[in-house]
Amino acid sequence: MFEVRIHSRGGQGGVTAARLLAMATLHDGKYATACPFYSAERRGEPIVSFVRIDDTPIKVYSQIRQPDMVVVLDTSVMDVVDVLHGLKKGGRIFINSAGKREFAGFECRNVDLTGIALREKLVVSGSPILNTAVLGALAKMGIVTADSAKKAIREMFSDERNVNAADAAYKEMSV
Amino acid sequence: MKKIATGNKAVAEAVKQAVPTVVAAYPITPQTEIVEQIAEFVTSGQMSARYIAVESEHSAMAACIGASITGVRTFTATSSHGLLYMHEMTNWAAGARLPIVMANVNRSLGPGWNIWAEHTDALQERDTGWLQVYVSTVQEAYDATLMAFRIAEHNDVLLPVMVNLDGFLLSHIMQPVDTVELGDFIPAIHLPYAIDPKHPAGYGTLTGPDQQFKFRWDIERSMRDSVKVIEETEKDFAKRFGRKYDFTEDYRCEDADVIIIALGTLGKEAEVAVDLLRNEGIKAGSMRIRWLRPFPKLNLKGKEVVVIDRDYSFGFGGIVANEIKAKTGIRLYSVIAGIGGQEVTYDDIAGFVRTRRMGEEFWFGVNAHV
Repeated sequence: MFEVRIHSRGGQGGVTAARLLAMATLHDGKYATACPFYSAERRGEPIVSFVRIDDTPIKVYSQIRQPDMVVVLDTSVMDVVDVLHGLKKGGRIFINSAGKREFAGFECRNVDLTGIALREKLVVSGSPILNTAVLGALAKMGIVTADSAKKAIREMFSDERNVNAADAAYKEMSV
Repeated sequence: MKKIATGNKAVAEAVKQAVPTVVAAYPITPQTEIVEQIAEFVTSGQMSARYIAVESEHSAMAACIGASITGVRTFTATSSHGLLYMHEMTNWAAGARLPIVMANVNRSLGPGWNIWAEHTDALQERDTGWLQVYVSTVQEAYDATLMAFRIAEHNDVLLPVMVNLDGFLLSHIMQPVDTVELGDFIPAIHLPYAIDPKHPAGYGTLTGPDQQFKFRWDIERSMRDSVKVIEETEKDFAKRFGRKYDFTEDYRCEDADVIIIALGTLGKEAEVAVDLLRNEGIKAGSMRIRWLRPFPKLNLKGKEVVVIDRDYSFGFGGIVANEIKAKTGIRLYSVIAGIGGQEVTYDDIAGFVRTRRMGEEFWFGVNAHV
């Protein structure tokens, strides 16, 4: 089982990102469970959502304590939340950031998703939408296939700019 | 078709496919998404049902009763305090022999104000004459809702059915759900005593001491008859759509020395605990109770049994544990865990089995045996 924790702020699409990742996983022929943290969600508040991915149906409902991967959609969350909490030794990190970041003992990648969203004019109520672009980054990191990621995005959004954003994130991530 | 959906959305999708004529509901967390989705289906023309936005849950059930007695298919959904507010009317629905289907998203009761999973809400309804099924996955929430209509409306049953799913743990979680082409799986509803203005009759009139017990016995007779209807329906569902269900879901029980029994998602997580315990050499199994009413026949002879209750009857004990004790006469270890959404992991469940003390009750988190 591969467990992912997504950190974002309410309104940035962290929960939708979890949903999209689960949908893409399904297209890869795997099983997934996605859930928001069970509490009141307010716009702008740091929120967490989770995705479990496995080759067999998932029977676990308790919360993820030791994720294999952490995704940070908004670096400002890192000032108030320990985003690395419980991350498995050697675990993977993806951060929405233009600058490269290092965390000892973990493998960290970054792409400027916000820049991509602004370029693609994916902005809702003043917030750049990151949940589709992040799928491209996750595809580059091998969590899902790029084809399944795009298929999932197209199932949820008719606006092709969402797919373009994912493509851009895929291309811009340095390996 | 396979898609990703929350438990709430899966229930709404099943209701859409069952084509009810009337849906009357009042929103309450964590159920709201079900009725929101149905309202959207109605507004967008995907459902032809009459959606009645009522001012309370008591009225929601009353509206369903009024609609159902005209012989049409009805649905509502609620949770926790909403269910308890309906209580007078849930008794009426069963007594009037109306095959209403309701989704109840299991949630704790206040105070303290708690919106998380617990089964005490539905278990307080267990003596009303409603059939009750508890599900453990989003897929099962969808499947059980479809089957609920066929079972409720069967001529040998004609009793309401409550589909229970854990608040947040199932209502808000997203999992794959394989929707079906329903075909004629749910036959057209035919209520033998529906109101017919051409043939006026009295309904709910004064019933004397010489009659009332006959109506009560008739409910019980139908409850007993519902066993074979449930079996037939689940068998036909498996034949048509490939997914098998039973009164309990048994996992590695055949050669087990100790069996874990729980309702809902805890019963599914228990399967992971079983695998853990088997690796340690403890021959464990899981028997997740799906149908609580009618209560299943449980074969637990010669087994040690650990029951996890996400509920409680004050001054008495874990409700499911005591129902099992009453029906089977076995001695068991009663664990009270998961109240108000208390986190219970498969590690915790394995721990309950490792440290079991038969005949005792244990409150998880309180660390007290009684």
